[in-house]
Formats: sequence, structure tokens, C-alpha cells
Amino acid sequence: MSSFLLQRLMQALLLLLIVSMIGFAILHLAPGGPMSQFAAGGDMTQADLDRIAEQLGLNRPLPIQYAEWLWRMLSGDWGNSYRDQQPVLHIIASHLGATLELMLTSTLLAMLIGAWIGIIGAVKRYSLFDSIATIGTMIALSIPTFWFGLVVIYVFSVGLGWLPSGNRFTIGDGSFLNRLHHLVGPCIVLALVSTAVWSRYMRSSMLDVINQDFVRTARAKGVPERRILLTHVLRNALLPMITITGLHVPSLLSGALVTETVFTWPGMGRLFLDSISYRDYPVVMGILMFTAVMVLLGSLLADLLYGVADPRIARSGR
Amino acid sequence: MTKNSDRNSRGTSSLALPMPAIHRRDLLALGAGGLLAASGFRGARAQTKAAPPPPSKPTGQVVVGLSQEPTAFNPLMPGIEVDETVWMQIFNTMWLAQPDGSLVPDLAVEIPSEANGGISEGGLAWKVKLREGVTWHDGTPFTAEDVKYTLELINAPGFKARTRVGHSLVKDIKVTGPLEISWRMEKAYAPYLALLSNTFIVPKHLLEKAADPNTAPYNAAPVGTGPFKWGTRTPGDNIQLVANEKYHGKGPYLERAVLKYVPDQTALYAQFRTGQVDLIIGTGIPANFYAEAVKLPGRKVMKIPSASLEILMPNLENPVLKDKAVRKALYASINKQAIIDIIYYGLHTPTESFAPQESWAYNPGLPKQSYDLALANKILDDAGWKRSGSGTRMKDGVPLTFAVSTTTGAALREQAQQLMMQDWQQIGVKMTINNMPAAVIWGDFYTRSKFDSLLVGTAFRTVIDPDPAHRFGSDAIPAKNGNGANQMQWQNAEADALMKDGQTTFDQAKRKAIYYKLQELVREELPILPIYQYAPVEGYKEGLIGYEPNVNARQNTWNMGSWYWAK
Repeated sequence: MSSFLLQRLMQALLLLLIVSMIGFAILHLAPGGPMSQFAAGGDMTQADLDRIAEQLGLNRPLPIQYAEWLWRMLSGDWGNSYRDQQPVLHIIASHLGATLELMLTSTLLAMLIGAWIGIIGAVKRYSLFDSIATIGTMIALSIPTFWFGLVVIYVFSVGLGWLPSGNRFTIGDGSFLNRLHHLVGPCIVLALVSTAVWSRYMRSSMLDVINQDFVRTARAKGVPERRILLTHVLRNALLPMITITGLHVPSLLSGALVTETVFTWPGMGRLFLDSISYRDYPVVMGILMFTAVMVLLGSLLADLLYGVADPRIARSGR
Repeated sequence: MTKNSDRNSRGTSSLALPMPAIHRRDLLALGAGGLLAASGFRGARAQTKAAPPPPSKPTGQVVVGLSQEPTAFNPLMPGIEVDETVWMQIFNTMWLAQPDGSLVPDLAVEIPSEANGGISEGGLAWKVKLREGVTWHDGTPFTAEDVKYTLELINAPGFKARTRVGHSLVKDIKVTGPLEISWRMEKAYAPYLALLSNTFIVPKHLLEKAADPNTAPYNAAPVGTGPFKWGTRTPGDNIQLVANEKYHGKGPYLERAVLKYVPDQTALYAQFRTGQVDLIIGTGIPANFYAEAVKLPGRKVMKIPSASLEILMPNLENPVLKDKAVRKALYASINKQAIIDIIYYGLHTPTESFAPQESWAYNPGLPKQSYDLALANKILDDAGWKRSGSGTRMKDGVPLTFAVSTTTGAALREQAQQLMMQDWQQIGVKMTINNMPAAVIWGDFYTRSKFDSLLVGTAFRTVIDPDPAHRFGSDAIPAKNGNGANQMQWQNAEADALMKDGQTTFDQAKRKAIYYKLQELVREELPILPIYQYAPVEGYKEGLIGYEPNVNARQNTWNMGSWYWAK
């Protein structure tokens, strides 16, 4: 097990290095840059722009910029944002809470509802419920998030006045109930799509197991249907879900670009969008590396959990 | 990098509106829409007539909705207009521009002039007397040393100063008394008065202690002399400012001011409707909501003046556009009224000048453009541009074709491009469209004049001074190693002479005559094709007293210290 871990770790480090190189190159080679922010208004002269670019170190050869970035990164310094001068890690940390709150809530909601729909759908395959669920899933998957977000705001905030039209909480309030109230809108939007996804995963995973020999054997032995479902089918059908959950971890932390923008949610998705449009290189690189680490950790976690959940895999020792 | 939860990338791009893409208020107004109809501005002032008196102590809070996020808090460092929303509350300048263009002393006691002896030796020697009894938010008294430190910091070699225009001419700064300062200028430069109306004074005692003022912790929690003190900041969401009860000026009457960042303009408008934000300033309410917004109960929504112009900026080194006849023909065949009425909901005001119509230097007597395809055709015929088989005109083997670029996603501008394309096709001009994302187009493509022509919202003045030398001067062409922002690459000896005169003359009546002439020259030579002057839509909740649009301020929170709620 420890040699497996070590091997995975080495692979991960190599991968991170490659990701950082490609990311850095694409980001810096793309036309435009942080100075375009200031140029358009016409009140800064070229001398001002050139001087600031020089002071930011943007004029040096790319490999040197990369080497310096990497060196500082390795020593724990992720650099400072061009946009607000703050350390990158500090900026990421300050947006993480909002994203976790939103993504955890909506994902949990989606997993629970999705799993329930998926299980019923698989057990009562081709029933009316299953057909409605399938059609509903397709619709949910095809609705553009930004549009649905605006519709939710229009109907429930502007029209009915039931929900706030965005924000994480009312400034000056911030109580639990107030936060919960603000969470409803973006949660509905995010959960709608993810519920559809999770229900499809769950349904197909259940169907895989339901048709296997040991289920038929259990039935032949006269095991009650309820027990077959809960102990034999569900337990096995949940195994692939562990992998999917592990792969889902990064998105819990990287946030939802569109939903966060529409609902004015100060999370990672918005930070990423704002940083990209500003060409805030240090922050974009920071988010990229952060997400890459999360992806690797997520899949590692999934592998480890899989071993725990399924003794057959743990014993094979890989 | 993928963002799993919002898998609909289509959504992202269309949502990106003009908003996350472009960042200057100038540019922004583009997709958002501005207005400033000739009908005049309804508004804030009328309301204050019957206004109740302000509260005796700071009371209540105001939530200001912004569609861009303020992130730079050191007012001397690089920032965009929305950052000034914060600077104006925390800091003060020596004097401040009013809506009518006049300057009113703030940290200074009077505005230096040749008449009062503050400016002498033909503009080379300056002397300023400062106000007594001003304290920094930490209680330290404000003195002339702070002003000296501010001007020196701007010119300090390693400091990331936003701009050194004007400041680089300042020499021999001397503190002649606790509240008296003098300096010399390398050459006479009249616009410096206006530049100082936008130069916020920072505290020496706090910044000089910093190892590096560029990265000082001060920059994330600034201390100033302004009506509001720094409170807290939630990055990506809001900034809270609290009343400075020891403020030297009027107010503050509000206990707290919240600057709320709502990145999507439609979402911002929704929050304004539902009352989560008390007012919308800056990029304003999108043009398409204007008609609906003015009817909202409990809200005052109005067009406000802005100094930004929408222009077609030709590159005068382009083989086609360098021909004045071509520019004249193109200008005669832009249907300005259709662009304003059909695309921008009738909000903006057509203009012929590079100066805003509210400026004391604005020349109202310039020839009016009229949409005249026959005239345009005649100009091109006379200039020897002959129609070829394909319908596109040619001259000396060069086809009359060029590209117009603007920011991708600026929907209204893209429609304007199509209108122009259709009209120009009728006079034998083949226009192509070459749009790019904001971070690309406003980079080297713009600053190094790599475009054929641009559709852009921008301004041609020095803060509130009419001097456009950094935009029109022959020595201000970045593509030719000049120091300025003359991306058109316009070179005109007469204009150079006029602008030089304008900079070294301090008498306003004489300067007015100079800039009148310059406007006539620009209108004749067309180094820019002016389309309209912006008039964005701003709005506030009824009961808020004191909001007053100011075309001479970068943001309409310029007087927030004197805002309060009628109760």
C-alpha cells in the first residue's frame, strides 16, 4: 500500500509540473495582458503603461518568468495578485468558504434526490415514474444554467418576492436563517442539473448490478426483495459512485462560474472569471494549480476509498 | 480547466455580456448604454429642494451597486475608474471639481491662480496653502509634509505610480510652513491644476515606514482624511466603509457605506428592483431596461452626463484611412441617429467634438454631420476612388477596404458595426469586422496601433482639463516610440502648436479660444470620427438625499459624505 501511495505521489508531482508549464505558457502566450485594463480609457500614457509592465516583470523572457514563478511556488510563495495586490493564497482562501457552502449544499441535495430517483427508476424500469424521470433528466440537462438562473431570479425574487435576488447574505445580518434563505436560489439552479446527472449514474449503476447472477441466486434462495435491494444490489451499485464522488471533489472547490455570477455569489468560479478577464496571471495560475492538486487528490481519495469499500480490491494489493 | 457544475459554456459567453470583458467605465458604457438626451437631466437636484435636514449624527447605511469590483486601494497606484469609488470616500484631494466644472478647495484653502499669486513666473512656480484642523483617520494631523511625500512618491523610481503625467514636471518641492507648500515646474503646464483635482493625498507617517510602498499592508486597509474610514472587505463581494466622525468637511451623515459588487449587469438591475442595492452607478442600468426602469415605483432613474465619447478611431497610417477624403466620406455616411435611436434606445447625444458638451472649452459651433450618401459618393468620386467591378472602390490599385474592431460580446456595438457596414457598402466601401476579447484588443493591438480602425468609447481630455495633447500630439504616438496615447497616429503641426499654447496659457478665456480652434481643426481633419457622447443610466432609491451626477467626477459617489436618508 505504501509503495502504491509513493508511486501515485511521484506521478502526481510530475503531472503538476507539466500542468503548470502548459498553463503558464498558454496564459502568457495568449494575446493581450493585464495592461490592457488601463490602456483603453486613454488617460494613462504609453510611458506609464511601459513602466508598470516593467515593474510587474512582464517584459522578461517567458522561461525566466516561469522559472521564477516555479521557484517561488516551491518555496511556498504563490505570488501577489495584479488586481488587488494581495497574496494569491489569501485570495483563494477568501473565496473558498462561499464556494464550499454553495457546492456542498447543492451537491448533497443533488446526490440524495438523484440517488433516490435513480434507484426507483432502476427498480421500476420502464414504469411511468422511470419515463417521467428520464424525460425530466434530459430537460434538466439541456437547460442553460445562466438562463435558468435568471428565470429563478425573475420569478421568485422580482415577481413573487420570496427569495433574495442574489448575494450570500444581507449585509449587516448574516444569521443562519438569512444565509439559508440566500442559498435557496443558487442551490435550486445548481442542484437541478446535478440531480439529473446523479440520477443517471445511479440508475445505470443499479441496472448493472440488478441483472447479475448473485442477485438472481439471492432471489432463488428466497431472500426478501427489500433485503436484496438494500444489502446486495445497493451496496454493490454504490461502488462506482465512490469514484464519481472522488472525481467530483475538485468541482466542489472550484465553484460554479455561471451560477456564482448570476447570483452574485463571491466564490471561486467568479474569482476565476474575473481573474481571467483581467489577465491576473498569478491568481489564474494559483487557481489552476489548486484545482489540479484537488483533481489528483480527489482521484487518489476515490482509489483509496474504493479499496476500503470493496475488500476484493484491497486484497489484490495492486 | 473545467468547471463541472456549469457545463454550459454557451451560457458563459453570452452571459459575459460586455461586462466581465471590458473594464473601463468608458468602454463599459458601450454595451450598457448611456443617455444624456438633449431633453436634459431629471433628477437629484430638484429633489433636494424640499429635502429635510440631515441627521445630527451619522445614521443608516447605503448600499451602492457596482458591476465592477474595486480592488486597488492605494490611490496613487494603477487602478480603474471603479476603484475611485473607494478613493473618493477615504481620501481627499487639494481641490475638487464640481458639476459645473469649477474647482472648490478641499485640503487646500484656495485654488492657486495667477491672480492670487499661487501660480507665478508664467506658471513655473506654484504655492499652495493647506487647510487647518484636518486629521488622518488615525488621529495624526495632516500637514504639508503629506502633500510633499505624495508628490515625491509618485515620482519615486521603484514606485508603481498609476500616472506621472504632469507630476514628472514637479521639482524643488519645499515645505514652507506646517500648512504651506511650494514647488517649481520644469515648464508651464496649465492642466496640472486639473490633475491635482484627481491626485489623492496619502499619509507620510504611515507609508514612509513601509519597506516597500508597493506591497505595504496599508494598501489593503488604507487610512485617509476622507468622510469615510476603511471598514472591512469581503473580496469578490463588498467593501464596507464607516463614518469618519471627525471629518473636516460636510457630513458624513451615513453611518456606513457598502460598495457592493454585482458582476452581472442584469443581476445588478434585478437587485436594484428588489431593493437589495440602493443605487446603481458607474456602468449603470443597461439601456434595454431604461424604459422600464424609469417607471419603477420608489426609484429615481435618470440619464446622467458622462465625458466619454463613442468614436470610430481610424489608424492614420492605414493606406486607405490616411486619405482625408475617405474619412470625410465615411463620416458623412454614418447614420448616427439610427445608431442612437435604434440600437441605443435613443439614450445618447450625437456630437461633433472631442470635448464633452459640459466642458467650458466645448465649441458648440462645429459643422453638423448629416447622413448623406450622395455627398459621400461625391467626395470619393472627386478624390479619385473609382468603383471596380465588384462594387468596391479602388485607387492606384488599392481597394477601399478596411476592418473595424471592437470588443467581442459588446452586443450593441456589434449591431452598430453592421449598420455602418451596410451604409458604407452603398458608397463602395468594403468594411470587415475583426472583433476580439477585451484583454486582447486593448493590449498591444490598441496601444501599438495595429488596428485598421476601432469602435471605442474613450475620452480626450486630461482629467477635467480640455488638454488632449497626450491623445493628439505628434510626440504622443506609442507606435513611433512616443509617450502618450495617440493611437490614431495623427500628426498635425497646427494642432501641435495649438495644444502647446493651451498647455502654457493659464487664462481661461484665452485657452477657450485655443481649444475652439483645435476642435474646428479636428472636426475638419477627422483624426477621430465622433459618433455620440455617452449618457449612462443611473438610479437610486427614493428618500436618498444628496446624490448628484457630476460629469467632472470619475464616479458619482464623489459627494457621498453628504448623502443621507429622508426619514
